Amino acid sequence: MTTIDPHVAGHGASAVASERTGDRRGVLTSVADWITSTDHKKIGRLFVGTSLLVLLAVAAIGALLGAERIDATSDFIDAGALPQLFSAYRVLLTFGVVVPLGLGLAISVVPLQLGARSLAFPRLAMAGFWGWLVGAILVIVSIAANGGPGGGNSNMVDLFLAAHVLVVAGLVAAAGALATTVLTTRAPGMNMRRVPLFSWSALVYAIGLLLALPVLAGTLILLYVDHRYARTTFGGNTGLSGWAGFAFTQPATVLYAVPVFGLLLETVATATRKRLPMRGIGLTGIGLVGTAFLAGVAQVEASLPRNILDMSFGTAVQDIIPYLLLNGLPLLGAVVTLLVFLRAAAGRPRVLSPMVFSFFGAGMVLVGLLGNAVYRVGDAQLAGTVFEEGAWIYVCYGTVLAAMGGVVYWGPKLWGRVITDVKALPLALLGVLATILASLPYYVAGFAKQPANATQFDYSGPQNLWNILATVGHGLMLLTVLAFIGLAVTSFRKGEFAGDDPWDGQTLEWATSSPAPFSNFAEVHTVASAEPLLDLKPSRTEGNA
Amino acid sequence: MYALPAAPPPAPRRQLVVGVSLACAAGATLMGGMLALFLRFRQATLAVPDSEWKPAASKVPEVATNIMLISFAVIFVMVQWSVYAARRGHKSYVALSLGLTALFSLAIINGQAFTYTQMRLPIRTGTYETMFYALTGTFLALMVIGMIFTLVVAFRHLGGRDGDREIVTAHAIFWYFMGAVYTALWFVIYVTK
Repeated sequence: MTTIDPHVAGHGASAVASERTGDRRGVLTSVADWITSTDHKKIGRLFVGTSLLVLLAVAAIGALLGAERIDATSDFIDAGALPQLFSAYRVLLTFGVVVPLGLGLAISVVPLQLGARSLAFPRLAMAGFWGWLVGAILVIVSIAANGGPGGGNSNMVDLFLAAHVLVVAGLVAAAGALATTVLTTRAPGMNMRRVPLFSWSALVYAIGLLLALPVLAGTLILLYVDHRYARTTFGGNTGLSGWAGFAFTQPATVLYAVPVFGLLLETVATATRKRLPMRGIGLTGIGLVGTAFLAGVAQVEASLPRNILDMSFGTAVQDIIPYLLLNGLPLLGAVVTLLVFLRAAAGRPRVLSPMVFSFFGAGMVLVGLLGNAVYRVGDAQLAGTVFEEGAWIYVCYGTVLAAMGGVVYWGPKLWGRVITDVKALPLALLGVLATILASLPYYVAGFAKQPANATQFDYSGPQNLWNILATVGHGLMLLTVLAFIGLAVTSFRKGEFAGDDPWDGQTLEWATSSPAPFSNFAEVHTVASAEPLLDLKPSRTEGNA
Repeated sequence: MYALPAAPPPAPRRQLVVGVSLACAAGATLMGGMLALFLRFRQATLAVPDSEWKPAASKVPEVATNIMLISFAVIFVMVQWSVYAARRGHKSYVALSLGLTALFSLAIINGQAFTYTQMRLPIRTGTYETMFYALTGTFLALMVIGMIFTLVVAFRHLGGRDGDREIVTAHAIFWYFMGAVYTALWFVIYVTK
């Protein structure tokens, strides 16, 4: 009995050729198919591909802003455009890249991992993609027309707010489809403890988004009505960042990095060819990272006030508990997950490029989390400095890095060809170097009191150096993404055909053909463990069972 | 290619019920976040001596707002009746209960419009006014979504897909959620003001 019906759709090499050439179909039919498709793999690829393209623009903006800060006296960017660029940078990297990238990867892979034939509510997910895309384009248009936070064109500020609601609505729709998929379409025998680690992280991520993003949408609606009709409450165009900014700053942004940790444990288990040790603790760790949604729901950035040690115990506890809850729990989750990774890695894993990508990505996110924990301590006196920007870039670029690993890992299931380790590994190294250069200098500059979102400053120390390094980092990230897109396109067009199980995987997606056909599986399987494919490879199940 | 044991067709997992429940959770944080900001501004305003939050000249038409709340109680009965009737295959009762749900939801929208005309709040004048319209406007948008949902369920049922009982249950969950939303709005905006 096979798990795949070759008649469901083309598979293997023929499917790849068919998809690429629009076999027996016109171009218009192919385009219409992509626009209206209910195939979760296509929806996910649309999210991933588009957000990688947006990332090119965002990295360029980051490099521009870094360059503007190299010489505090230079003004090659118009002073009036600076607030727009800073807001475009925040909004687009967060909601134009990081969130849709994670969602897209999860949408394309999770149903395969669960043994499901399709995504729950695929039309809703597709509508979510188009809502997000149209909203993101309108956000860019409004910011370009002087309409972002602090913008001078009133109508464009209104457009920015309305478009931002559309972006959020699209992401929430896609997250709803994803969460419902994990909760309702698992293969028989796959209880929640047997859900693959990446799918678990996708569930935590999707539910977190479902709970946190509507709060942002509600705030944006209030901001829109106030800005359009009265401008009495939220400070008009200059108050937008202050009121909606909680969604673009840590600890709320940590939620957007949750899938990174699922991918990390998923790839290390594959690399070791053994069952993941301490799997339950790994699931718990991922769940703890997901508690970052609390910061989005509560709209707070819990900080410890200065001189907290001099306060009475009762007063201090009132600040310490929210601080630990919102900043400490996600950090604890990340540490726990990395410890599980290290425990698994003790089993001498193969060096697979997806694991390297996700390890570097998770490491960067952890450094960002640590930075956020320090930033929120009042006695560190970092408030209002670029330190927070450094932590935010660590989390965002770390997530991007891991997502690239995800594309390399599941590429065979999505388009039937492999991206070889030899070509991908240097990009992982370049990406981690880019992330460190783009963010670490801001940590140092933050301690030197370089102000956030400002280009005019004067502080002791080599301020030019820090900003040159950050600019180079953004430039390198731009290069990394360009190279990665080139690599993926080359693989898609003429890469080596992948086998059904190129990584010697453990979860259900590797039981179907590469690329996976429209309905994923011809038959519903029964699974008896968290690693159903490993059960079929008895010679490799001895360690850590 | 690996040969895993095939399973019998899986039992229905109530996908629509789960999806609608998640949507309701998202809606709850949407309205909850907006109400939290409303309360925060109210508290800040009232902390200033001799300040006014709701314009004194504007009177809440309490009869209309209370009738809206009572209408939700009727809707609860109707949607539960539709679930009960759908389980027993009583097609005509399902259609009747869904029709009444649509009617009462229309009455609630009408009640909200009546409240607007009676309160005579110019939207451009202050914090209370903009927040009032943002909150009740979002509520109205959700009401319209609910009405469309009701009509879709009714047409599916009348169109012969009366075996699909899950959508009737999901529909009921949505209206319970809307009732909870309005109860919160009613208490915060119309009762405690």
